[in-house]
Amino acid sequence: MWNRENIEAQWAGWTERAERVISAVRPYRRRIALFLAVVGPGLIVSNVDNDAGGIYTYAQAGAKYGNTVLWSLIPMTIVLYVSLEMCSRMGAVTGKGLSDLIREEFGFRVTFFLMAVVLIVNLGNVMAEFTGVFWASETFGVSRFIAVPLAAVLVWAIVMAGTAKWVERIFLSICVVYLSYVVSAFLAKPEWLVALLHLLPPQLMHYIPTVRPFVQVPPFNAGYVIILAALVGTTIAPWQHFYLQAAVVEKRVGPRQYSATRNDVLIGSISCMVIVFFIIVCTASTLYVHGIRDVDSAGTAALALRPLAGKWASALFAIGLLNASLFAASILPLSTSYVICEALGFESGVDRKFGEAKIFYGLYTALIALGAIFVLFTGRYANAILLWSQVLNGFLLPVVMIFVLILVNRRDLMGDRTNPKGFNWVAWICTIAVTILTLVVAYSSIRELMGHPAS
Amino acid sequence: MLYATELMGAKTYDAQGNYVGKIREFFIEPADQPNRISHYLLSRGSFQPLLARHDQVASVAPGTVRLNVNERLLEPYEPNEAWLAVQKDLLDQQIIDTSGRKVVRVNDVDLAEQRTNGSIELRVTQVDVGLPGAVRRLFQGIAPQKFIRKMQEQFPPRSIRWEFVNLVESDPLRRVKLRITHEKLEDLHPADLADIMEDLSAAERQGIIASLDEETAAGVLAELDARLTSQIVEKMDPEKAADILEEMAPDAAADLLADLPKETSEELLEEMPGHEAAEVRELLEFDPSTAGGMMNTEFVFIGESASRDEVLHWMKEQDLNLDQLDTIVLLDRAAQFSGTVPVARLLLADPEQTLAGLKIEPLLSLPPDASEKEVFEIFDKYNLRMLTIVDDDKRPIGVITVDDVVSKLMK
Repeated sequence: MWNRENIEAQWAGWTERAERVISAVRPYRRRIALFLAVVGPGLIVSNVDNDAGGIYTYAQAGAKYGNTVLWSLIPMTIVLYVSLEMCSRMGAVTGKGLSDLIREEFGFRVTFFLMAVVLIVNLGNVMAEFTGVFWASETFGVSRFIAVPLAAVLVWAIVMAGTAKWVERIFLSICVVYLSYVVSAFLAKPEWLVALLHLLPPQLMHYIPTVRPFVQVPPFNAGYVIILAALVGTTIAPWQHFYLQAAVVEKRVGPRQYSATRNDVLIGSISCMVIVFFIIVCTASTLYVHGIRDVDSAGTAALALRPLAGKWASALFAIGLLNASLFAASILPLSTSYVICEALGFESGVDRKFGEAKIFYGLYTALIALGAIFVLFTGRYANAILLWSQVLNGFLLPVVMIFVLILVNRRDLMGDRTNPKGFNWVAWICTIAVTILTLVVAYSSIRELMGHPAS
Repeated sequence: MLYATELMGAKTYDAQGNYVGKIREFFIEPADQPNRISHYLLSRGSFQPLLARHDQVASVAPGTVRLNVNERLLEPYEPNEAWLAVQKDLLDQQIIDTSGRKVVRVNDVDLAEQRTNGSIELRVTQVDVGLPGAVRRLFQGIAPQKFIRKMQEQFPPRSIRWEFVNLVESDPLRRVKLRITHEKLEDLHPADLADIMEDLSAAERQGIIASLDEETAAGVLAELDARLTSQIVEKMDPEKAADILEEMAPDAAADLLADLPKETSEELLEEMPGHEAAEVRELLEFDPSTAGGMMNTEFVFIGESASRDEVLHWMKEQDLNLDQLDTIVLLDRAAQFSGTVPVARLLLADPEQTLAGLKIEPLLSLPPDASEKEVFEIFDKYNLRMLTIVDDDKRPIGVITVDDVVSKLMK
């Protein structure tokens, strides 16, 4: 068997196979190269979605309602893709950022107030991210007085020291760390087929006799609706639209490269939801199954995993949380100061020196510093911060989405690249649905802040 | 000094003191006078809006405008493409500041009053791009005038004189009607102009490139980000694009064409004159990451037996790009590469000195298929400013200059 001829024949077989693969790929080589050149914005923007607040919500959803929330992921992917795709298209066609377009078409005052709200909302979000660092550090037994300042300095330094290209590369490689949730979910040993089954609405699957015994129908009460709304609220955030469009413009994507960018956004939206799937499955198969229904922070979720799925699952969950918090804590302040400076006409951009763009760097630094200091000294209000930032997100998101819809349908800006009719219908339905759901979140958060838990 | 923001919404009265309407827009007619407010748009609720001509205005103050004619003499408003609207075309839009060489966004427009017989003319003096203008925009109509004036004094002014304002308009027809030229932009360094272009939208970039002369356009395209360049050229009229490519150095033109789809680059090459197209085609054959892909085929070569005086005479007659010339390539009798002479050495040499005696040691050259890494190493080791590329027969076919190396390293 191990004679020379045989080995050679085997070897030849392999080279032939490799060649076949290469020749199959070759016609697409240019397209792949093109895709790699513009990949980034979509992937980054969707992954930052899974930030500290997001992971907390997913963990909560999984712990409280188990697999029964999974069916919402597919419609959410569609909403995420539809709303982000419009922004990337606007960026590619007009070559202008969303805040620029709003300024040019709606005037100074509207822009100013919008930016003021963006600033406050994003400050709340940054605080939530540092809260995530705090939670993760607790899991590892590190004092928050070491972890939080260290994280603040780290994210600040990355941007201050790097060029735009370099920063984006770091961000892209960070996206890989999200896979820790996949491993964590496998360590939790869930029943995969049952979980996958729940990706379709259980209310409908319930009627199919063969799968019926495995399907769990969700309780349709206030708490369940609020959790669904919270899932949507943390997944689609107003700052994403600004960030994505600015990044597409910055990458010099033109109409010809646009199809690659659209794929980037599509892959980003799907990969974001895949991670959400694993987080929910992980907590559903452990916390939910063992009756730990109340998770009061993402850190608690990580700790609760230890006895159920082992220390590695717990550690990986916490690493994922830390990574997500750091990632969002560096991107959020960056995109906030960028968007505000662009809209109000200050110099901006990572590639400028400190002296050239004082307001840009000043805002960036202030956002990080305020976020970190707040969490350090008022850590026990962490949940209140999270709730408030969700309330504000809820009010800002519909406004931004409606601006996007108005602008993307303007023929004088977009030419023949306005929304196709069917797509436009979907987009408006998504916007209305998101508006209602985020207002539900806002309402329930306000009730909770007032001391009347809604569920 | 008055500000456009303060005057927007001002109540207007006619000669008899009857209320006519509110100011909604100012128009400038660039074909007539580049900075004068030629028409005022008066809105009257549900009635048809009216237009007041510049010679029909008696006085202007924040909040009130008085006319020197009766309301009946005002024309009804008809939109006119040849008028520049202050609110719609200027406020919040991007303009190019040609003195500061950058793109800025207009917050407000400063106006000066000028008294002519019996009427007041408003002239645009500068555009406000700083915080005072932003404060006015934010509070106008909400807070009392005094408060706004006081607030705006807290911030340093930032304005651009109207002469230095270059409007950006992507519609070519409207550009002609508004008399927008880009002559002032042609005086900028191509690299600065390229930076400006990167801050604009795709349609605006297209508009500017189309109105520049070919030489400036070529300079700008060579400096622009590669992806932007190919986007611009693709959308351009092929004939114009070919004219611009002709003006570019062959290596820059080849780099540009290499990024375009095959059909487009073929079409452009067809449009170019024969020998230049052939030169570019040759360069396109080389892999961009080799010495051949980096080299430029335009260089100065002279027989090594020529004397310094002969060389100077010859050079005077040629149309050489002196700014970029600092080394001359020498050929021997067999037309093979025999060395290089820096121009500085020519300066001090005796008139009878032959070039062969001036060449620098050691004799360096690379074949076109050498990798870019080899090129970088040889430049670094010998502190070169120029390197000759030779073919298999030792004939020079191109040169790589230090700026080619720098731009490759920056990528």
